[in-house]
Amino acid sequence: MAVVFEKTKMLTDAVFHYCPGCNHGIAHRLVAESIEGLGLTDNVIGVAPVGCAVFAYNYFNCDMYEAAHGRAPAVATGIKRVHPDTCVFTYQGDGDLASIGTAEIVHAAMRGEKITTIFINNAIYGMTGGQMAPTTLPGMKTTTSPYGRDTLQCGHPVRMCELLNTLVEPRFIARGSLSSPKEINRSKKLLRQAFELQHEGFTFVELLSTCPTGWGLTPEQSQQWLERNMVPFFPINVFREPNQMPEAAKKYTPDLKVSDDKPKEG
Amino acid sequence: MALTLMKGSEAIAEAAIRAGCRYFFGYPITPQTEIPEYMSARMPEIGGCFLQAESEVSAINMVYGAAGTGERVLTSSSSPGVSLKQEGISYIACSRLPCVIINVMRGGPGLGSIQASQGDYLQATKGGGHGDYKLIVLAPASVQESVDMMKLAFELGEKYLNPVMIVADGMICQMMEPVVLPEMVDFKVDYKAKPWAANGKHPSADHKRAVINSLYITVEELDGINETLQKGYREIEKNETRYEAYNMEGAEIIVTAFGTVARICKSAIDDLKAKGINVGLLRPITLYPFPYEAVHNAAVAPGVKAVLDVELNAGQMLEDVKLAINGDQKVEFYGRYGSHMPTSEEIYEKLLSMREGF
Ligand SMILES: Cc1ncc(C[n+]2csc(CCOP(=O)(O)OP(=O)(O)O)c2C)c(N)n1
Repeated sequence: MAVVFEKTKMLTDAVFHYCPGCNHGIAHRLVAESIEGLGLTDNVIGVAPVGCAVFAYNYFNCDMYEAAHGRAPAVATGIKRVHPDTCVFTYQGDGDLASIGTAEIVHAAMRGEKITTIFINNAIYGMTGGQMAPTTLPGMKTTTSPYGRDTLQCGHPVRMCELLNTLVEPRFIARGSLSSPKEINRSKKLLRQAFELQHEGFTFVELLSTCPTGWGLTPEQSQQWLERNMVPFFPINVFREPNQMPEAAKKYTPDLKVSDDKPKEG
Repeated sequence: MALTLMKGSEAIAEAAIRAGCRYFFGYPITPQTEIPEYMSARMPEIGGCFLQAESEVSAINMVYGAAGTGERVLTSSSSPGVSLKQEGISYIACSRLPCVIINVMRGGPGLGSIQASQGDYLQATKGGGHGDYKLIVLAPASVQESVDMMKLAFELGEKYLNPVMIVADGMICQMMEPVVLPEMVDFKVDYKAKPWAANGKHPSADHKRAVINSLYITVEELDGINETLQKGYREIEKNETRYEAYNMEGAEIIVTAFGTVARICKSAIDDLKAKGINVGLLRPITLYPFPYEAVHNAAVAPGVKAVLDVELNAGQMLEDVKLAINGDQKVEFYGRYGSHMPTSEEIYEKLLSMREGF
């Protein structure tokens, strides 16, 4: 019998603990398949976040670290400095990456750490039971914004791809979505590209994801809600391609002199 | 043996390199900035890695990442920065990774001052971060001792799979002393001997993947890791307690002090000895494990009439000294708040005045 499909060996046989309709499971599989597809299976180390994906170290079938909340990019930095030829990735939620770990991700990107970060944006803190995240949409109700996110108090959500795209060093910054099979396929390509480019510098893929439990919606409603409400504010896009460096990515090389050596004429 | 005149901080940094450390992650803060400065120049020369992190929080997490590969990894900071490192230290302790953390203590609380202090004794020895964990805490009293401690610190960390903290003070790091530097160690990670270390290799029949983790979500699992940790601490207490006993013979008073302060006490003790008065010094070298038994024995030795604990804080080691003595001897305290170093004359006077009550 011909084998038509095989589970990637980059995932263990552990059963995911995720809620029905949650996109973490899909994201895990895409990450695992991308790594295997690129032949990196025997040379990869991952860093799990604190958030719903805290048990990712049970699922990814490679050397794994469990980092403190938000610190995965710093942990990955330490690993990569020891193993510069190993593929190193972090997998982080929006509370982890865009709130408590903002400094760590911005500075890892600024240094151009040769790591790949997968950023799961579900607009909410899933693990702690549905609190407001820095990516929670204006007016969106959560357990700590029961009247809806008040932008007068809490501002507008942060767009991490756009923020990181102001830095010089990142090689690849893209946002995809997991809201439909079509988007999932597109996201898989983004992930593959990110891992492929890792040896050149920092690569970052944000994946818009659902949290039916936190959002109080069915899995199907969640997919629709994501497309209707998240995509307009978090556009699906490749923000930084290595051969298309935007103005912000132009390197600056000052001569570091106080003034020209030659005295001015006259 | 060639003596080199070196600033404490630079001698410590060089000693770490010679002990096989090739990874340093830090952040500037007075009075330890010369350590990262030295590393930034020296590491590239020997193919090592110096990285200035965006914060101490980040630096200690870089240490966590690098330590998980089995390499010898160092970070250094001073009190406010060490407070920021506590989260990471707790994770490293629970993940059972070796690494060395230097705290060049300065006056506190808050932003405090940049002068020498011993105000982080309790933070260093009683946990500091959250949870039931211990650091092995070494307290050098001279530049030479700091240098000699670096290799020991890495070895203890690896032996017990535990983070090690060296608590020094601004005095040790800022002063210049002649030192003998150790030979360069040729350190290589042996992944067979360190199956817990991450190197990216895919798991196979004879190789399990490394999972570096401090999450133990069930009662049984958390009990398990805590049992393992506590067992390790008992071993450390049994095997690694270190102290210096000085001029104990015929002593009327025993001074307990650590680090630079102990050195000042020694001067006072020498001056008293010249006058025919015997005072002993018991200087803990490991603050954890604390030499409870040695302190007790010294305090109740025949002829001893009192103990004087001297510290550059409001009385932190004093708690351990009292625990050790357990009411079997009179304990007095002579302390100065952080940054206000006592002179040997002051300690001399204090010891003399104690004798008047005998
Ligand atoms: C220092 C610290 N603060 C707070 C927490 C509690 N906590 C655990 S997960 C989490 C939020 C995670 O949300 P997110 O990163 O969006 O991931 P998700 O659960 O939605 O996948 C918080 C606040 C913690 N573990 N550590």
